[in-house]
Amino acid sequence: MHDAAQNAVPVDHSDRAARFIAKGEQTTWHDSVLWRIREKRDAVSGSVEGWERLRDLASQIKEHTLSKLDEYLIEFEESATANGVQVHWAVDAEAHNRIVYDLLKVRGVRRVVKSKSMLTEECGLNPYLEARGFDVVDTDLGERIVQLRGEPPSHLVAPAIHIRREEISVLFHEKLGTPAGSSDPQFLAGAMRQDLRARFLAADAAITGVNFAVAATGGLVVVTNEGNADLGVHLAPVHIACMGIEKLIPKPEHLGVFLRLLARSATGQPLSIYTSHFHRPAPGRELHIVLVDNGRTRHLSREDFRASLKCIRCGACLNTCPVYRRSGGHSYGATPSGPIGAILAPGRDMEKYAALPFASSLCGSCSDVCPVKIDIHAQLYRWRQVAVREGHISGKKRLGMQMVGWITRRPARYRLAGRLARSLLRYAPRRLLYGRWNAWGRARELPERPARSFGEWYAAEREKE
Amino acid sequence: MKVGLFVPCYIDQFYPQVAVATLELLERLGCEVAYPREQTCCGQPMANAGCAEDAEATHRHTAACFREFDYAVGPSGSCVLHLREHVEQTATVRYYELCQFLVDVLQVDRLDASFSCKVGLHASCHGLRGLRLASSSERREPPFDHVAHLLGMIDGLELVGLSRPDECCGFGGIFAVQEEAVSVRMGADRLDDHLQHGVEVVTGTDMSCLMHLDGLIRRRDMPLRVLHVAEILNGSAEASCGIPPSKPLRSARHVRKYRTL
Repeated sequence: MHDAAQNAVPVDHSDRAARFIAKGEQTTWHDSVLWRIREKRDAVSGSVEGWERLRDLASQIKEHTLSKLDEYLIEFEESATANGVQVHWAVDAEAHNRIVYDLLKVRGVRRVVKSKSMLTEECGLNPYLEARGFDVVDTDLGERIVQLRGEPPSHLVAPAIHIRREEISVLFHEKLGTPAGSSDPQFLAGAMRQDLRARFLAADAAITGVNFAVAATGGLVVVTNEGNADLGVHLAPVHIACMGIEKLIPKPEHLGVFLRLLARSATGQPLSIYTSHFHRPAPGRELHIVLVDNGRTRHLSREDFRASLKCIRCGACLNTCPVYRRSGGHSYGATPSGPIGAILAPGRDMEKYAALPFASSLCGSCSDVCPVKIDIHAQLYRWRQVAVREGHISGKKRLGMQMVGWITRRPARYRLAGRLARSLLRYAPRRLLYGRWNAWGRARELPERPARSFGEWYAAEREKE
Repeated sequence: MKVGLFVPCYIDQFYPQVAVATLELLERLGCEVAYPREQTCCGQPMANAGCAEDAEATHRHTAACFREFDYAVGPSGSCVLHLREHVEQTATVRYYELCQFLVDVLQVDRLDASFSCKVGLHASCHGLRGLRLASSSERREPPFDHVAHLLGMIDGLELVGLSRPDECCGFGGIFAVQEEAVSVRMGADRLDDHLQHGVEVVTGTDMSCLMHLDGLIRRRDMPLRVLHVAEILNGSAEASCGIPPSKPLRSARHVRKYRTL
């Protein structure tokens, strides 16, 4: 929602990250919670024979689907329509929001319950509907928490992972009237459950996301751990499912590949608690599917970056990312956050998100963990090149790099620069050496100066004869 | 077999002992090694900063330096990966990280060196996930580790296990300064892992990661030191622990000075 709602103020990831890290304990805790999920994922993926083969298959199915996306989309529309589903096409976020709004408006809907959908987050649906007088309630526990705090989710799968239990206690005390100081997770979850029950019962429409849409059958699969998507859909007369066009897979048997990978990669569960298949509306009810492009076809045309459309939103790259775990999801200022966010966001708005491809040490853990084998770290590298080409780094940094390039193309210049650098280390007063310009030296010592370079040693010791 | 010694720029300038150890080790193992004096830098600093264009001339220069050789071998997984991905396609020479060369090409099965220390191995990311010097913890594959295999040949060396055996240290080239807070935090967390497991010496294939970790160690006065794996494999490192690091005086003074500032 922040995407659509805010102006294009560039996101300063390193500054946001520094502020998160300055909280100290929160970083320690955030890192360890997410690392535990990564460890669970490691353990449970090891219990599946042929895990790497599954990743290959998933990647190939997605690549194939993307290569014939136009055909599969039409096949999907035909199958779904034959099932009695109404299919809508949205070219962008605005069109998507308008379609949903019109559907609700015409039916006199006032109260909407939503299960988790990164797409509606991307399109800014909640603020759009709220501004037009609708009562929109996110029903996933974590989503509801961030909604009550007026924040975007910080994690694909665990939207409120950045918030400590004590903060939730205060929030629930204010919003739900729980006794002050009660921070037992079970009690707090129970309180939310009570609050949401009434809202489920009163809802006139349910909006859900989509994990997979099957072209051959026109069916949808929605995966949750809380059953909130099912509860919403089964109680409300209207179900609107919103999906990006890349969610398609050709056949139902392909679910066998993706469902094996999804929950294991996401949370370390063998399967999510609820895997719900929707094919047609119940008698007397309506099922609508909104197919959203919002830049996806443009992204498909980018050869270097199109593989990111394979993403199944499991969040494994977030859990494994050593930067994400320490900087927190909000440091990215984008939904999704983390490594996958850092390769998707620049494609939507480079002006705003040029810093994200640099918010990585390029360690490559994301690419190795990704269940559909997106080359995330390689894309981060390539986005950096685009960011620089389009003028999104400071002139000072660019000049610095041009200097290094100019120096290292000639051995004589390189040797001279090396000698100068070593003299500086030796003779410059510490206050100058560790002045404000030196970000390295804020918390780290510079290397110590050796008596001579290897080149000088080699010339003296090996080339003297 | 003609081997060209590839020496990353920061090793040439700041850690010449690592290049010396690499050269001596390769020679002791029977290689005919030459050091092309004209070499400068692999070009990675510019390319990783998004300025690959500014690295093109450097790439061409580096490729020219090693044109004569069958192998270019260097003590860095990161620079070698960069050369493989961005330079090699135009040349016939094969670029190798030192440990990979020892295991895959020379097929070394014994080394005459001893080092009686508790050693923690820092698995540098580009060597690990780029060159596949070891199995990575993310992938479900039979475990292997070229560097640990070589360290296992060193007399008296005790290789210590870690809680997170292959998490990034946070160096990352330009990342180290552009994302200073995250970088420092990542490095500090890595060092804590080593300390908690009783490590005395942190080693690895990449002096860049070790430079970052060493910067933290010296600033925080931690009871650790770093050594490049070439120094241990060559037997050029001090043979046992309990002795202070080679040049403690200047840094210790600086630590005190820093604290009183």
